[in-house]
Amino acid sequence: MYAQMIKTAGTSVKSREEMTEDERKFQDRIDADEKIEPKDWMPDDYRATLIRQIGQHAHSEIVGQLPEGNWITRAPTLQRKAILLAKVQDEAGHGLYLYCAAETLGISRDELTEDLLSGKMKYSSIFNYPTLTWADIGAVGWLVDGAAIMNQVPLQRTSYGPYSRAMIRICKEESFHQRQGYDLIRACAEGTPAQRKMAQDALNRFWYPSLMMFGPSDKDSVHSAQSMAWKIKINTNDELRQKFVDQTVPQAEYLGLTVPDPDLKWNEERGHYDFSQPDWKEFFNVIKGNGPCNVDRMTARRKAWDDGKWVRDGLLAHARKKAAAKAAAAA
Amino acid sequence: MKNEWPLWEVFIRGQHGMSHRHVGSLHAPDAEMAIKNARDVYTRRNEGVSIWVVEAKNVVASSPSDKGPLYEPSQSKVYRHPTFYDIPDDVGAM
Repeated sequence: MYAQMIKTAGTSVKSREEMTEDERKFQDRIDADEKIEPKDWMPDDYRATLIRQIGQHAHSEIVGQLPEGNWITRAPTLQRKAILLAKVQDEAGHGLYLYCAAETLGISRDELTEDLLSGKMKYSSIFNYPTLTWADIGAVGWLVDGAAIMNQVPLQRTSYGPYSRAMIRICKEESFHQRQGYDLIRACAEGTPAQRKMAQDALNRFWYPSLMMFGPSDKDSVHSAQSMAWKIKINTNDELRQKFVDQTVPQAEYLGLTVPDPDLKWNEERGHYDFSQPDWKEFFNVIKGNGPCNVDRMTARRKAWDDGKWVRDGLLAHARKKAAAKAAAAA
Repeated sequence: MKNEWPLWEVFIRGQHGMSHRHVGSLHAPDAEMAIKNARDVYTRRNEGVSIWVVEAKNVVASSPSDKGPLYEPSQSKVYRHPTFYDIPDDVGAM
């Protein structure tokens, strides 16, 4: 799960002559692969862009629990239920690692949450698609987590220390997510004809939304160029999408499933698969709030925030009361 | 009132990009002196690029006797590990 369509703060990459002395030193440290830590000087635009990126990434982890949580009570076996529960629990943990990394940049957890709930901040477009059948849970682990891993593995080398360390932890746990998904959809694909059909249907519906996770082509984007110069983005969206397709097609073939793209074919010359782009009109429409589940997702998040208020307030009041009593006893 | 300097726990970032790790403790009258002492005691051979000090009384630790209830539940959850799943070699690394 990760960020997409992050608007980089600032206008374009500055030349060395245009940089201030501080900015030059900062860029030199990044070019030397040194990590930037919370107390180090950093350009305001670097800080602002990272807050957007890490924040959106964190929101995606949290909202990403919803489509999978949808199936916990209906998992077909106790073992599959325990696995799904563990996976959704991991997503919550990933959200927490990332919110904490964002907080080191000077924004609070509550501000981030409020920006999500007001619609100012986004989460990945993929979570606005529904999980209609049990095979969809397999497709989410295999394809959605597979796409997320493509992006997250290079981000382990990102220039911001707390983000990089969060990514390292997350990647370690993410492998379980993808493997359980593949294992699940494989059980469907190797099952009865009805189960097999269900697996194919899940692939049909999740293929293009998974390709959209990388965002539209950004090879000509000045914003992406700045983010890449800062090493908070490591590869272009097209590079990652190609890598994902190259990795995933043989996995689908092994299952005997068909990728829903008649133009998909191996290009010997390029050493890569040629494939069709997703419908970018649909993507922008989903981002704007018109996907199949946008309203449901935001309603669920707002409800959780509102319903949890008395618990947050109550526990804090209790802690303050205990601290006051302790101070009074010591005096 | 005892005139003993408080105890500080010292954490050092060994190199760029790594987390701070606990390396030991020392006594110092205040935070500023604790950093200076930590620099002298723990980084004489270039062991670090950053130091954190925390007064030992502010460290809250789990109780050793809680080891069972805290950690045993995760021992039976083998499915949290990627190796639990049998992935065919033909499909590549996953």
